[in-house]
Amino acid sequence: MTLKILAIDDSRTIREMLRLCLVRAGFDVYTAEDGVDGLESLDEVDPDVVITDINMPRLDGFGVISAIRAAESRASLPILVLTTESAAELKERARRSGATGWIVKPFDDVKLVAAIRRIAAM
Amino acid sequence: MSSLDDIKQTFFLECEELLEALNDGLADIEAAIPDDTFDTETINAVFRTVHSIKGGAASFGLEPIVRFSHCFETVLDLMRSGKVRPDTTNVRVLHRAADHLADLVAASRSDTPLDAAAGDALLAQLNALAGHAPQVAAPVVPIPDVTSAGPDDGDLAFLPLAIPFDFDPAGAGEPIPRTFRIEMTCSRELFANGHDPVHLFRELAALGDLTVEADLSALPDFDALDPLVCLLSWRLELLSEASEEDLREIFEFVEGLAQVRIEASSGAQDATGSQDAVEAPHELPPPPVATFDADPAARPPAPETSEADAPSTRREAKAAPGRAPKSTVRVDLDLVDSLINIVGELVINQSVLSQSLSDANVAHRSEIGGSLDEYKNLALQIQECVMSLRAQSVKQLFQRMARIVRETSEIAGKSVAFETDGEDTEIDKTVIERLIEPLTHILRNAIDHGLEAPDRRRAAGKTPTGTVRLSAGHRSGRVVIEVSDDGSGINRPKVQAIAVKKGLIAPDLQLSDNEIDRLLFLPGFSTADSVTDLSGRGVGMDVVRSEIQKLGGRVGIFSHPGKGTTFSISLPLTLAVLDGMVVDVAGQTMVVPITSVVETIRPDLSDLHMIGATSQVIKVRDALVPIVDLGMIFSYRDEPVDRARMVILLVETEQSERWGLAVDRIIDQRQVVIKSLEGNYGHVDGVAAATILGDGKIALIIDPEETARMADSGSAVASLMSAAGG
Repeated sequence: MTLKILAIDDSRTIREMLRLCLVRAGFDVYTAEDGVDGLESLDEVDPDVVITDINMPRLDGFGVISAIRAAESRASLPILVLTTESAAELKERARRSGATGWIVKPFDDVKLVAAIRRIAAM
Repeated sequence: MSSLDDIKQTFFLECEELLEALNDGLADIEAAIPDDTFDTETINAVFRTVHSIKGGAASFGLEPIVRFSHCFETVLDLMRSGKVRPDTTNVRVLHRAADHLADLVAASRSDTPLDAAAGDALLAQLNALAGHAPQVAAPVVPIPDVTSAGPDDGDLAFLPLAIPFDFDPAGAGEPIPRTFRIEMTCSRELFANGHDPVHLFRELAALGDLTVEADLSALPDFDALDPLVCLLSWRLELLSEASEEDLREIFEFVEGLAQVRIEASSGAQDATGSQDAVEAPHELPPPPVATFDADPAARPPAPETSEADAPSTRREAKAAPGRAPKSTVRVDLDLVDSLINIVGELVINQSVLSQSLSDANVAHRSEIGGSLDEYKNLALQIQECVMSLRAQSVKQLFQRMARIVRETSEIAGKSVAFETDGEDTEIDKTVIERLIEPLTHILRNAIDHGLEAPDRRRAAGKTPTGTVRLSAGHRSGRVVIEVSDDGSGINRPKVQAIAVKKGLIAPDLQLSDNEIDRLLFLPGFSTADSVTDLSGRGVGMDVVRSEIQKLGGRVGIFSHPGKGTTFSISLPLTLAVLDGMVVDVAGQTMVVPITSVVETIRPDLSDLHMIGATSQVIKVRDALVPIVDLGMIFSYRDEPVDRARMVILLVETEQSERWGLAVDRIIDQRQVVIKSLEGNYGHVDGVAAATILGDGKIALIIDPEETARMADSGSAVASLMSAAGG
């Protein structure tokens, strides 16, 4: 079974980078442009893993995570946060908001795939 | 499938949009200064644009952009949190920073180095705003990132030859398998964060031989079991050549959610002699960790944490009002161009078909004639749609000009309010690009020469701040772009004196106000007392005029002494199609652009006068206009067309220079598709382009002004004098 990944980032560049890396690694990739867009496509895509940026218009990454966790059916959906900061503080905040793991931008594809492997059945 | 290079192009395209949004946002902030009403979301949006540029740039290792945008972003972040005031001075720095960021992006895009000095000065200013000491300045690019992953892994991923850092030198040679004992005690919320220890174990298993033992003692009865609460702990044994760092990295994401103890034995099979017990790395301050023997009540209740967090995130969500992104598709411009070409062919093909039908005497009302009409309509519709694909709003152009105004006013030491109007007006993309230079020049002129110095403005009863206005709009099938200033207007006596001094006009020539104003467009004219740093760059207004003319446009000038000057540029909507007058010249079919034809005259013989052996003039309402015989200019014949049947097309340029183009006959008036000759053949004097007519023949589209100049070797001055009624 191919893993379905929903990548939410307001930067088209990052979305395409993610798509390139993840498609090469053999995943099915879906993208969304901001938090609201991401939540809207959640039911349709029904992803196995969500990757989300933090700083986005309309609804930020923390908002996305809380909304996902609030729904019982996705209470334990693996969510990776994309951050530009590697500060411990940010990781801690991501974890408290319910994120499963994090990827620091700029990411390299090996680490990204390793991170996904660590949180999802492949 | 896209490659990294494609994505890099996407990045640069995205940068364009982000920079546009950045400038918009800064303008919004600037506009809010007088009322002191700042919308946090505006500052937030500005922050996001810089942040996104930084993120993308980091992905491609574009260090200068990352470095600069990081400082920029820091200041915006402080502004967002109210620590830096968005006042005029600060916003000006931000504007300059935005300009510099645009330069950096452009430099990276074209792969040309950028003068570092300007950037350094700005960095210092930004750092001063951020309250940094200058030397603390530029933070290092976060590549490669060492905090998010073990150093081994990062280096190994890229440098397969690297030796693992913590490799035991005693065992030099090959790695020796060691036994790791791992104890993992999970907090209750492990599952609620989306973790599943199975994945971790599977990854460990990939490193060597793994045995897993679960401790189920904390599990309640099945009835009381909450599957979302993790009450498990594990003991693992791994025999592996991997380093401790490798193992730690696997557990990175569960830091703080599980307590992980890793013990490594130094010997190969030594299971008992466990030495260095290692706590999970970077153990975070008060980690909500539960241990085996911890009182369940002491565990931080997970739901409470998320509840405490939820309201704040929801607030943020609300604070970000929807700015629905416009849905677009990016298309290669070459593709659009070839589409335009093909559609052009289609239109031609349609007229060829019409022609054949009429040649074959097929009735227009027949079924086939009806279908052809429909075909014609559809072809025209497609053409319109395709043309609009190339259209682009002038917004970016205007933003670029805003920057020119900022820079120029600073150098000139004049306070300038820049107003724009009609930013949504759409023009062909090529035209927009070719408007940059002329507009830059006109704007610099407006600020440098048009606006008075502040003290002179005060003396004239004006506000010390001058206004320069840039507007765009559609007017009778053309696009009109105007630059106006509220300066002193053109100093006509001075202009005329300079023109006389430079030998451009005769001293005793009587000129109307508008004719004097248009002297500015003469080659080699410059009004500045001294060549200033700004407008005196060797480009005169004559170059502006010729650039605009190359676009099929006209430029006009209107000045009111004491009140200001307006430059008006009028352009055709598209460069691909032209309304043409199809004429017969000595048996050849030619096309004259209709926009330059003022009127057509079948002359009365008494209005024609010979001057010398071959030159003729025609009297048009008391003015004598030189006649140019198209047939002779293009060497289709040696003698002028028979005066009895000649038709004169009176053409006029923006400068009111008039000529009569003599042709044999007017055939038709129609839209023609412009086919450039220069790409295939080279420039031919007097010929603007070519087109293909309905009968499949090629017709040249003439450039009336150039044709006239060929006839009359004289300069614009000579023509101007003739226009003056000479």
